[in-house]
Order: sequence, then structure tokens, then C-alpha cells
Amino acid sequence: MRAAVVPAKETATRLRLRLRGAVQGVGMRPFVHGLALRFHLSGFVRNDAEGVLIEVEGFTRDFVSALRAELPPLARLDSCECEEIAPRGDAGFQIETTRRGKAQTRIPADAATCEKCLDDLFDPSSRFHLYPFVNCTHCGPRYTLTRALPYDRAQTSMARFPMCADCAQDYADPTNRRFHAEPIACPTCGPRLTHAPQEIVAALRAGAIVALKGIGGFHLLCDAHNAETVAELRRRKGREAKPFALMLANEASLALFGAPTPEEAALLRAPAHPVVLVESRKNLPEVLAPGMSRIGVMLAYAPVHHLLFHAAGAERDAPCDFALVATSANPGGEPLVTGNDEARRKLEKIADLIVTHDRDIVVRADDSVMQIVDGAPAFLRRARGFVPEPIDLGGDGPCVLACGGHLKATLTLTRGREAFVCQHIGDLSDAETFRFYEESAAHLLRLLDVQPEVVACDLHPDYLSTRFAENFGLPVLRLQHHAAHVAAIAAEHGETEIFGAALDGTGLGDDGAIWGGEVLRLDGRGGFLREGALAPLPLWGGDRAAREPWRMGLAAFAALGRLDEAAGFFSAVPQAAQVAKMLGARHPQTSSLGRLFDAAAALLGFPQKQEFEGQAAMRLEALVREPKALPGGYVWRDQKLDFTPLLAHLIDARPDPRKGAELLHGTLIAGLAEALCALAQVGEEIALGGGCMMNRILSEGLAQRLRENNHAPLLARKLPPNDGGLSLGQAALARAALKN
Amino acid sequence: LSHGAGGRAMAQLIGEIFAENFANDLLAQGNDQAVFSVPPGRLAMTTDGYVVSPLFFPGGDIGSLAVHGTVNDLAMAGARPLHLSASFILEEGFPLADLQTIAQSMGAAAREAGVKIVTGDTKVVERGKADGVFISTAGIGVVPDGLDLSGDKARPGDVILVSGTIGDHGVAIMSSRENLAFETQILSDSAALNGLVADMVAACGPHLKLLRDPTRGGIAATLNEIAHQSKIGLRIEEDALPVKAEVAAACEFLGLDPLNVANEGKLLAFVAPEAAQDLLRVMRAHPLGKESAIIGACVEDPHHFVQMRTAFGGGRIVDWLSGEQLPRIC
Ligand SMILES: [Fe+3]
Ligand SMILES: [Mg+2]
Ligand SMILES: [Zn+2]
Ligand SMILES: [Zn+2]
Repeated sequence: MRAAVVPAKETATRLRLRLRGAVQGVGMRPFVHGLALRFHLSGFVRNDAEGVLIEVEGFTRDFVSALRAELPPLARLDSCECEEIAPRGDAGFQIETTRRGKAQTRIPADAATCEKCLDDLFDPSSRFHLYPFVNCTHCGPRYTLTRALPYDRAQTSMARFPMCADCAQDYADPTNRRFHAEPIACPTCGPRLTHAPQEIVAALRAGAIVALKGIGGFHLLCDAHNAETVAELRRRKGREAKPFALMLANEASLALFGAPTPEEAALLRAPAHPVVLVESRKNLPEVLAPGMSRIGVMLAYAPVHHLLFHAAGAERDAPCDFALVATSANPGGEPLVTGNDEARRKLEKIADLIVTHDRDIVVRADDSVMQIVDGAPAFLRRARGFVPEPIDLGGDGPCVLACGGHLKATLTLTRGREAFVCQHIGDLSDAETFRFYEESAAHLLRLLDVQPEVVACDLHPDYLSTRFAENFGLPVLRLQHHAAHVAAIAAEHGETEIFGAALDGTGLGDDGAIWGGEVLRLDGRGGFLREGALAPLPLWGGDRAAREPWRMGLAAFAALGRLDEAAGFFSAVPQAAQVAKMLGARHPQTSSLGRLFDAAAALLGFPQKQEFEGQAAMRLEALVREPKALPGGYVWRDQKLDFTPLLAHLIDARPDPRKGAELLHGTLIAGLAEALCALAQVGEEIALGGGCMMNRILSEGLAQRLRENNHAPLLARKLPPNDGGLSLGQAALARAALKN
Repeated sequence: LSHGAGGRAMAQLIGEIFAENFANDLLAQGNDQAVFSVPPGRLAMTTDGYVVSPLFFPGGDIGSLAVHGTVNDLAMAGARPLHLSASFILEEGFPLADLQTIAQSMGAAAREAGVKIVTGDTKVVERGKADGVFISTAGIGVVPDGLDLSGDKARPGDVILVSGTIGDHGVAIMSSRENLAFETQILSDSAALNGLVADMVAACGPHLKLLRDPTRGGIAATLNEIAHQSKIGLRIEEDALPVKAEVAAACEFLGLDPLNVANEGKLLAFVAPEAAQDLLRVMRAHPLGKESAIIGACVEDPHHFVQMRTAFGGGRIVDWLSGEQLPRIC
């Protein structure tokens, strides 16, 4: 074929290329323009509703391979169709201006300051020298400052800053890196910061807590080396133990604080600049992340961050010991603060200094949090840098709005073969967070300009997302929680019919029981079969059972028929004796793996109240060096996987916490793998979803064991495996049900 | 108690128990209906069925509950309750002594509330067809002219009061059901509120918008009902909610929220802001309202949300729950 199109001695041809994917607002047109000039080609490039359309004429032989090889940093090609058409003999190469209407169909995600902009930032001869808002088509804020489509300056919060002559010239010049960089700005025409970086750094060095307006919201910053200030920040935020993330000057500084693997380092450098969990070097105060072996680290990603580190003496690409705690400014469980007045009102009692600027944050986005699991990136929280990138569902389908869970709520809206999952929202019980949730739904519907046929939600009647769905005014599909977890993993991989497990906290089962450790087979028509589950444990006290692991510790005794010993075991917990007495009576049961983790944590000496979900389980994970299976630690029989022998061992042998944690993880991996392999068909893929899959040891151990048995494990890659990904699974199930 | 044969003697025995305990002129006439004249005003009428386990609990029993509940439903319209009817479904084998105790406590509750149980009925069903005893009571009362309390009458700005500590009844029931022993025994708050309401109406009648007793589902359910009926939002303050320390502790321990726990002797009052302090004073002066408190206010809110400001400053959405303790944490 190729030989027919391109003869050995090349003659002039005309090609039409259709690019799809993340190809708009990422500097694609100037890049193509430059490439055309390099190969002396005539023709044009333009954005349209489907992406980018290119026609080039001349000696085009190497154009396509160069295009693919040299794409701009933020561009991603989903497909590139190429056909030869009749030459037209036009002169020169044109960038055709965007046609209004349905064009500019996508808003790109926010991206960290690029190397070239850093050059400008620290180049005394550049007009962007030390300018905290420098950006270009390869970097900068986008989604967080865009109100509506099409994505151009008038629709962003930069609309109120008329470009100066220099900026206008760069913006209009196809050969310039800032050609159609919508947020382009310079000290002459752009936004301003309220405080000088030197002043901010002086405050930080003096032990102050600083609220700094960033890209998707305000951070609370303090000197990470100052244990007292970090402890003070915990007091003021009312957050005792939840780990804080660290912001570092640059990649070179990483080795001072952590031991990132090459994969982790690559993820830290990615345009999104997420927070990444890396092995801690433990040379920072323990109060930063009590009881954790890994710390969350991110690299400075906005020009203002670079300016702070610069003011603190950091040199570009040289290790810098100055490190900042950088945590979301979300007082009292409310959403991240984004507005200037709001910051002054709500952060007054938390921050000693509030630094703002006059570029509005239109869309709130927390920092994304990721880790490397089984050799590849995985999300703990998906927000800045990734929304609004769609997820390809692998095929067309009806338009649905899915409402997610309750605590880690997200929404998903589908359009054609794409699913748009909004950023991490949070606990809907908080009134402000619920408002954010509603705004996010409205924003998604407005941006995508589609009309859903149905809304999908959880079976749980008391999730506020369920109430939202009920009040939406469209037919409601109520979907089982764990089927949605498995469907989410399948959907990421473009599938609907799948076998898998949801290893999770709790969710309502379709039999009215409380599920959470389920082996399910999804039929691809919205239905599923429950092929296996964990043997249930008593669950007393509703949500309190998840907050106070000792309650699940008692449940372990109850399941073993040894309740009489329980009060003695938990003698340090005053209420244990009473609750033990109650457990003899009727009580709900749960097959949740999350609650089994809590039970084990309690038996291993972590019975106290948890400040955040999964805290006890995270501490156990942090203790594990190598998981070890306890022989006879589980029983797999009658489609029930029973870990009470392991619990009995934890009670009787009283292993130290590390040994116990290793036995727990090892035995869970062995038991779950055996059950899954027994239920799966030969060579079948196995989807692994649910909140417990954020446990890296468990995920990796299970994935490896499944591979050893010739099953390909499918893990959550594009969304978190916990309830943050639930809405995608609901959307996929709903579409499957509608097609049926 | 036996079902079927030998019914006549039994019926007579039961009739005597009720006659003795409910003793009043209308019942004593022995007719299948009571005939009486009514004072001027509009009539209020209500009916309710009572099913409770255990039948006897700290602070009351199913009998007193059956009187208080129906009296209170009348009182929440501002009505002066007059007469009640009572209908019993008894399970075969139910101890006569227990029936005697229940009837006694009903009689006492009625006398205390100033109402008469003027007509009644009893059926005995086979073992297993009922759980001990079920009681239905209906009641009528008279609403003074000019008073019109209703669930849709609350307006933004109106103030919300509660007549005392919340959650007592539900926790008392739950603890006796689970056989829990606390240092201080928690008693049900079961009581007839018509006396308190009469004082409130006398002092602030024209300013009162609505009254409601937060029984099943607790004040969370009742506040949500009112928010929807009145098409407004409600804002309450966590710190202002009266909760007994031992009830709070028991809730903590049972995994409950006092907001969702039933009350049987409390009312929520919605009143125009200018009368709120007067009303509070009047309520606190009554023995059943000593711990009354202003707990919040009505606002415009298209969502009709009930929100609670917590100690931390956040606004928590107070929702009604679907009965069971379904965990939401995942
Ligand atoms: Fe879940
Ligand atoms: Mg009633
Ligand atoms: Zn740049
Ligand atoms: Zn400028």
C-alpha cells in the first residue's frame, strides 16, 4: 500500500489528516504549522468539532511520522486517519481560524508550568521574568478558569484582562509558543499577586501558616521542617492524623525526602503534577504523616510555587532542602476554598497570612493523588490535571448521568463513546459540598450540551446522591454498589461483560444486606450474578463500626463464638463490654473486606477511633514488608470465603503488629486469589475494584497471584478504585441496561 | 387469655378491667357508642396504632403511650382533647395481669391528660398472629376559634423551638430491648403535651405557625417533613440542641444520632420571630417544657434542606434515614 502512495522517488502528494483526542488548546496548530514549514508543505490546519483537520501538499513522506513523534507535550492522539486526496496546488500554509458553533469541543486539563516557561520565568531579559502567571500552550491553567465552551479567552476568567500589545502579538503569531494560549498574560496586562514571594517565604520561615491561592483552589502552606507549625496546622484544621502532602522545589529535591522509583519520578513530572505516594526518607517530622511509611509528594506546579522556592534560595534543577506542607484549604470538611472573599472569611482563623490574586478560579479542583500500583499509575483521588479528560467507553451508547456514592462522590455524564467524570467532590453530608456537587452536575451538562435519558444512582436510599437522582426529574436507575465498582473497572478497559471482585467498604446489596467483599459476574446487560462473597461478620452501630475498629474487633469474637473473651481483650475500651453483650442479640451482618481490615486492625492493637476512612487499614499496610499467608488462615467453601481462622490466630498468637499485618495481607491475597481462580473461567480476565484496592500491597499481591494462574488482572487506572470511580461504573451499567 | 371457646366469660372479664380502669360516665352507660355534646369551636380528630417492643419500658408502657400519642396528635393542632376510643388486639395467651397493668396505666394517663376513654373494643387472635398486644386509639378535640396551625405555615424568619431534651424515648426503648444497663437509667419522655400547648396557645396563639411532635424518625424526620410542607429550608444549631448527657453517651455507643431517635413527650414549635422569647418563657414555665430551647430558624431554600451548623462551623445536611442503620461509609 505504502509503496503505491509513495513511490521510491517521491512526487508531490496531498494528504488529509484527521486527528482525534486531546488535540485542541494544546498548541497543536502552531506545531503543525512549524512542521509544514520544515517540510516545505502547503495546505492548512484547523480545529473543528471532531478535533483537528490537516491538509498538507508537497513531499509529505516524513510528515506523518514526524507529527506522531514530536507531538506537543499536552497533546494526545486517540486516532490519526490519513488519506491521499487530489493536489490543489495552493500556495503557503495557513492556520484557519476556528469556526464558531460546535467547534472547540474540549477544554484541556490544567498543566504544570513547562520548562520553556520556567526559562522565561527566570530570564531577566524576558518580559515574563518572575511573573507568577506565565503560561503557554504547553502549560498553565485551563479547565479551572473556563466557564463555558468554546474554549477561548472570552469564556475564561482571563476575559477581564485585555491583552497588551506584546501579548496580543504572541497570541496571534502561529510561530509563537503562545499562539492562542488563552490565559496568556504578562506583568503589563495580567493578574497580580497580593504579596511578594520574598514576603511569603519570610513568613513561612518564621513559622507562619500561609493560605495561597493556586490553580484549583487555596493551599495551606507551612514549613515542612517545622514540627511545631505542622502540629499547629493540625490543631487549626482539626485534623489529627490524616497525612499532609509535601510540595518540593523540583525533581532534584526528591531524593532528600523520599526514595521514588523511576515510575514514581516519571509520574511526579507528568504534566498534571499530581501528589504521588513515595517511600519516605523519614527526615521530616513524624507529625506530617503519622504512622505512614510513604508520604505524598508533589513538585511545584504553578509559577507562584516556583517563585516561592526561588525566593527560598532554590536553584533550578538543584536539590533544595526547603519543603512545604501543602494541604487543601477546606475548613471543617467543606470544599476547597476558591474565592478571595471566601478565603478571607473562612481561613482567617487557620492562616496567618492569606495570599490571593485577581484571576478567578472558576472550577474548583483539588490536587490529584496517585500511586504506582503493579508497575503503573493509579489514582487515590482524581482532580486537577486530569479533569475534564474523558474516558473512552469503547463504543457508542445512550446519554446517562450517573450520580456516584455519598462520601467520595463524583458524577459521570456520557456523550457518545466518551464518559466525562467530574473531579473529586467529597462528603455530600456537608451542605457546601453538596452545593459543589450540584454545580458540578450543572457544569457538566452545560459543557457537554447533552440531554441524558436516565439518571443512575446507588441502591442506598440515604446517599444524598440518591436523593439528587430522585429529584432530577428523569427516570432513575438504581444500581447495586459493588456491581458498579466492578463495572467501573470494566468500563475503563472498554468492556461491560466481565468477571471480577469488589473489595470494598460497605454498600447495600440487592438482598438488603450490607455487602463489601463480592465476586460478581456482570452480564453486559446491566445485570449481574453474585458468585461468591466473604463470610459475613456482625456489624453493629452502622457507620460507627467503620469509625471505631474495636466494634469490628468484637464482631470477630462474635463470629468465632467467643464473645465472652471479647471484653477482656478490649479492656482498654470502656464501651466494649456493653457492646459485646449486645452482639449476642440480633444484628446486621456484613461481607465487607474493609470491615474485616478494621477487625484485624483492632485485634492488632489499633482499636481507637479513626479520623478518616481506612486509617487503621492504611497503618497496617504501612507495616508490611512482605505479605505471608497463614497456613489454614481461611476456608473457601460453598462460595463463601471465611477468614475467621486468621482472626482466631490474631487473637490467640498475638503476633506483633508488623507480623500480624503481614499475615493479614498474605492470607487475604491467598484466599481471595483461590476464590477468584476457582470461580473464573479458564484464562478469563478478572476486574478488581473497590476501596480496598487502594491498598497497594493487596492489589499487587492479588494481581501477581492471578497472573500466575493465567488470569489477567484489570486494575483501576483512570479513576480511583473506591467510590470516586463509582459514577463511571453506574454510567456503564445504566448504558448496558438501556441497550438491552 | 384464650381464643375462641369460653369467650363470653373472658369478654366479661376484660370488660370489667377496662370499666374499672377507665371509669367514666360515658363508658359506664355500656353502649356500643358514646353520645355527647361538644363545646363550640372546630373539631379535630386523629387515630393511631401502637405497636411497641418491649411493651413495658422505663418511663412508660404501651398503654400510656397509646393515650399520650393520640392526645399529642390532637394537641399539635392546638386542640383541647376531649374523648378517646381504644381498640385492643390481644394475642392468645397474653397474661391477664399484664392487660390489667396496661389498662391501669392508660386510665391514669387519660385522667392526667383530662380526657376520657369513652368507647372501646377487644379482639383476641391466635397465637403468633399478634405480638402480645396492639392498641389503636382515636381521639377528638376542639380547636379554639382563630387558631389555625398547619405544617405548611412556617415562613422564612420563623423561629424553631423544642420543648426539651431529644432522643429520650428511643434510647429508653433501645436500651431495654438490648438489655443495656447505664449508670443512670434513661426514661422514656412519654407524656401528654396538651397542658403545655394550652399555655403556649394562650400566650402566643396568633404568632404560632405550627406544632409537631417529633416521634418516629426523631426531629430529623419531622424537621424535613415541615421543610417540605412549608417549602422552606431550616437551619439548626448543634450546640443549641438539648440532649441529656446519658442519652448522648448511649447514642454514641449504639451508633445512633439523637436527631434520628424517637420522642414521645416533646414538641417542635414554629413561631414568628417577635414572639419567640415570650414563647420560650411560657414553655419553660411549664413542667414539661423546663428544658425548652430555641434551636434554629427558617430560611429561604429551594432545596428545602435542613442544615445543622456543627461545632466546627461546617453545615451538615440533616436527612431523614430509612429506618435501619445502613452504613454510608464505604
Ligand atoms: Fe464502595
Ligand atoms: Mg399519629
Ligand atoms: Zn509553558
Ligand atoms: Zn501582556
